[in-house]
Amino acid sequence: MSATVVAEPRNPLVAGLERQPVAPTTLVIFGATGDLARRKLLPAIYNLAHDGALPERFQLVGVSRKEKEHADYRAECEQAIRAYSRRTPDDQVLKRLLEDVRYVPGTFDDSAMYAKVGEVLDGFDEQAGERLHRAFYLSTAPSFFEVIVGQLGGSGLSRRSNTEVRVIIEKPFGTSLQEARKLNHRVLSVFDESQVFRIDHYLGKETVQNMLAFRFANGMFEPLWNRNYIDHVQITAAEDIGIEGRAAYYDKAGALRDLIQNHMLQLLCHVAMEPPGSFTAEEVRNEKVKVLHAIPAPVPEQIGEMAVRAQYAAGHVGGEDVVGYLEEPDIPSDSITETYAALRLEVDNWRWAGVPFYLRAGKRLARKVTEIAVTLKPVPHLAFSQDGSLGVQPNQLILTVQPNEGVTLQLGAKIPGTRMSIRPVNMEFLYGTSFLSQSPEAYERLITDAMRGDPTLFTRNDEVEAQWEICDPVLATWAQTPGQLPSYEAGSQGPTEANDILLEGDAWRAI
Amino acid sequence: MPAVSDAVWSEHDTTPDAIADALRELLIARHGENAGYVPARVLNMIVFVEHAWSGEVANRLRGVGRYHASRTVVLSHEPRRESLDAVVSIASDEDPRPDAVTPLRETVIVEIGDRHLDDLATIADPLVVSDLPTLLWSPHGHHEALAALLGLGQAALVDSIEEPVWRDAIDRATRLSEEVYVVDLAWLRSTPWRERIAGTFHPLARRSGLSSLCGVTVRHHPASTVAAMLLIGWLASRLHWQLERSEIDTGGDGGVLMGSARPAADKLRDGDGGGGREIALRLEVDPTMPVPGLAGVELRSCSDLLVRLDRGTGGLRAHRREPDGHERTWTVLGASRGEAGILGEGIRQALLRDPTYTPALMAAHALLP
Repeated sequence: MSATVVAEPRNPLVAGLERQPVAPTTLVIFGATGDLARRKLLPAIYNLAHDGALPERFQLVGVSRKEKEHADYRAECEQAIRAYSRRTPDDQVLKRLLEDVRYVPGTFDDSAMYAKVGEVLDGFDEQAGERLHRAFYLSTAPSFFEVIVGQLGGSGLSRRSNTEVRVIIEKPFGTSLQEARKLNHRVLSVFDESQVFRIDHYLGKETVQNMLAFRFANGMFEPLWNRNYIDHVQITAAEDIGIEGRAAYYDKAGALRDLIQNHMLQLLCHVAMEPPGSFTAEEVRNEKVKVLHAIPAPVPEQIGEMAVRAQYAAGHVGGEDVVGYLEEPDIPSDSITETYAALRLEVDNWRWAGVPFYLRAGKRLARKVTEIAVTLKPVPHLAFSQDGSLGVQPNQLILTVQPNEGVTLQLGAKIPGTRMSIRPVNMEFLYGTSFLSQSPEAYERLITDAMRGDPTLFTRNDEVEAQWEICDPVLATWAQTPGQLPSYEAGSQGPTEANDILLEGDAWRAI
Repeated sequence: MPAVSDAVWSEHDTTPDAIADALRELLIARHGENAGYVPARVLNMIVFVEHAWSGEVANRLRGVGRYHASRTVVLSHEPRRESLDAVVSIASDEDPRPDAVTPLRETVIVEIGDRHLDDLATIADPLVVSDLPTLLWSPHGHHEALAALLGLGQAALVDSIEEPVWRDAIDRATRLSEEVYVVDLAWLRSTPWRERIAGTFHPLARRSGLSSLCGVTVRHHPASTVAAMLLIGWLASRLHWQLERSEIDTGGDGGVLMGSARPAADKLRDGDGGGGREIALRLEVDPTMPVPGLAGVELRSCSDLLVRLDRGTGGLRAHRREPDGHERTWTVLGASRGEAGILGEGIRQALLRDPTYTPALMAAHALLP
C-alpha cells in the first residue's frame, strides 16, 4: 500500500509582501487584567491592528478572576493602550478593535469558566461563518500554568478538528529543572509540542535576531569565530533600576532565574551556535540545544569557582540616594535572594573548547546595558613600543542589545604624532542610525508568529530543560549555603567577588 | 516630525566642494557639542524641484515622520538664476539623552539655474554620502532632470498618478524600471489591498478560490487609474492570467475601463474549459473618493462567491457572499497612512526590493487599450 502526498497549493499572492497573512484567529488572554497584559500585550495588539498586521478576522477574549462587564473590560483595554502604546492610537482603529472584545470572569480552576470561554469562541466562529484558529495566551502567575493547561485539556478546548489551537506560555517556565520537567510533562500531555509557544521576549527583539544576521550573513567573522582567535566572551545584562515594586516575584526568583536561565543563555546560544542549514524553526532550535548540551552542568564542588551571587546595598544611582535590597518594601530583612549573579561557563565542543563564557546580570548597577563582548586573542608579537601608548588591547567586538543597539569593533590605531603610539579606537555600527524603521516591540512579532504557528523565536521543551540543567545545580548549591550574601554598593560595577571567577588575565568590562 | 535641533550654513555663489566641506565641518561641530549626536547613514535622496514648488515639497518631506533620508539633497531650479547658492542644515528629531545616540539628518538645498542643468550629476555627486543607496525624486515631472541623475541613483521615486495621462505614466514607469529600481507611490497605495486580498485567500480551504476567479472590479479615485491598473496587473502576474483586451467607456461618472483575461495556457486547470475561463476585468472611477488611491475591490468566482473590500473607518470594510447566498460584513483593522505616510513608505521602500512590482507593471502595460 502506498500513500500519495498531496502538496498544499501555495498562495501565489504572498510573494513580495512584507507582512505575511495570518489566519483568522481568536486570541484568549488568561490574566487579562494583569500588568503584562496592560503594559505589553494589549498595546502590542493595538499596534498590530494599526499596521494592518492582525488576521483579517481577529477576536480578543480577556479572562481573569475579577467580575466585570464586557464594557468595563473594553474601557480598561482602551486605557492601557492609550497609556502604553508606542504610538498615539488612531481613534477609529481603536474603536473597531475594542468593539467586539469579550471578557469572561472566573477562577482558573473552575471548569464552568472554560465552558463559558468555549461558548464565546463558538459564538465568534458562528459570527464569522468559519472555524477561527484559537490561541490561548497564559499571562498569569506561573503557578496557574498547569491548572489552566489542564482545564483547557479537560474542557476540550485544546484540540479541534480543522482548527489550529495554540498555547502561548509566558516565562518563567518553572523555577527549577524539576518544575520545568513537570510543567513540560503536563503541557505535553494536553498539547503537542507544535502547539506550544514558550515566550522568551528577548528572542523577539530585533537586535537579538540581528545577531544571526551578523554572524551568518557576513563572511568576515566566521573564520575568527572559534577558540583559535577568541579569548573569551562576556555577556552582560546590567540594570540601574531596583526591583520596582516587584518584590513578591523577584524575591522568589533572583537574578539567575530572572535573567540568566532564559535571556542570557539565549544570547550565549546565538553567539556559540553553528550555522543552521536553513532558517527554519527546527534547525535553528536544534543548533541552540546542541550548544546548551555542550555546556557541562556545574558540579557542586566547582560552583564556588564559577558562580558568584550578591545583593545590592544602599548607594547612589543617577544622583539619587537609593536603599539596599534588604530595605526595599516587602523584602524580608533576612532574604538571601541574589540581585547580582555571574557565571563562568564553558562550551565543550570543537569550536569553543577552552574559551570561557562569562555571564553576569544584576540590578542597581552603574547603568543599564545589555551587551555581548567578544575579546579576541592578543597579537602574537607587538613590534611597537608600548611607551607612550594608551595600552594596546586585544580587539573586542561588542554587540550591544540595549540601549545603543549596534556593533562596535575595537581596534588599535596610531595616535597622531611623531611616535608610533597606539590607542584603542571604535568602529561603530549603530542600529538607530542605519535604518529608517522603528523596531516593533518584541511582543508584536511574537504574538503574530504564534498566531501564524512559527515557533522559531520560541523556546522548545528540550531547550528550556537544557537551560535548567545548567542553572539548577548552581541554585541548589546556593540554597544549601547559609549565611549573608556578598554585597555591592548600588550604582557600582557590582561585587568585587565577581573577579574571583575570572581566569587569569581576564577582566570584566566596565558597565 | 519637527526637527528640534538645527545647525545651518549658507553661502552665495558657492561650489559643491565648499558645500561638502561645510557638511563635514558642521557634523564634526555637532558631534563635538555632544558626543550623542551621530550622523544617520541610511539613504541619500536627491530631489529635483522647481523653485516655486520647493516649499510644497519641503512640507511633504517634513510630513514623512521618521522615514527621512539621512541626507537629502534638493536641487531647486530657478530658470534665470546665475549663481549656485546653497543652504546646509543638520537636524535631529530629539534632544540628546544620556547614554543614547541621537541620529542627525542632513539637508542640502542647492539653488540652481538653467545654466546648471547640463551639470546636475556633477553638482549632486560630491554631496551624496558614498556607499549609501541613493533615491532620486523629481516630483513634478522634469523627466530630463531625472534622466541626468540616473547614474547616481539605485532607485527612483515616482508617483504614476501625477502623470496627466495614465497611459504615459505606465509607459514611463516601464522604461524607467529597465534602468533603475522604481518605487511607485501609486503601487504603494495598493499595498493594504494586496495584503488583504492575499489574506482572504490564504487559509488553505479558500486558496483554491484563486483558480476560479471570474471577475475583478476595482473602484478608484478619478486620478488613480494607474493604481487600479497596477492592482489588476498584480493579480494577473501572480495568477498567470493573460490579458486579452481592454476598452474604455467614458460615459457615466468618469469612465470605466473594461478588459478580460484568461489563465495562461500552461496554467489551465480542470474546470477551466478548453480555452480557459474568461475573467472579466473592470476599473471604475469613484467620483466620491476624497483622496488618491483605491476605493474598493470586488472579486467574484465562477461559483458565485463574492469578496468585496471597501475603504472604511478604522480599516477596510470586508463583505463576503457565499455561493449559497449567505452574506457577512466585518472590518479588517488598519489605520490609513495618509499621503505623508505613503511618501514616507516610498522612501523606506528604496532600501527594499519588491519582486512583484515590475511583473505587475508589465501586466498593466499589456492592459493598455
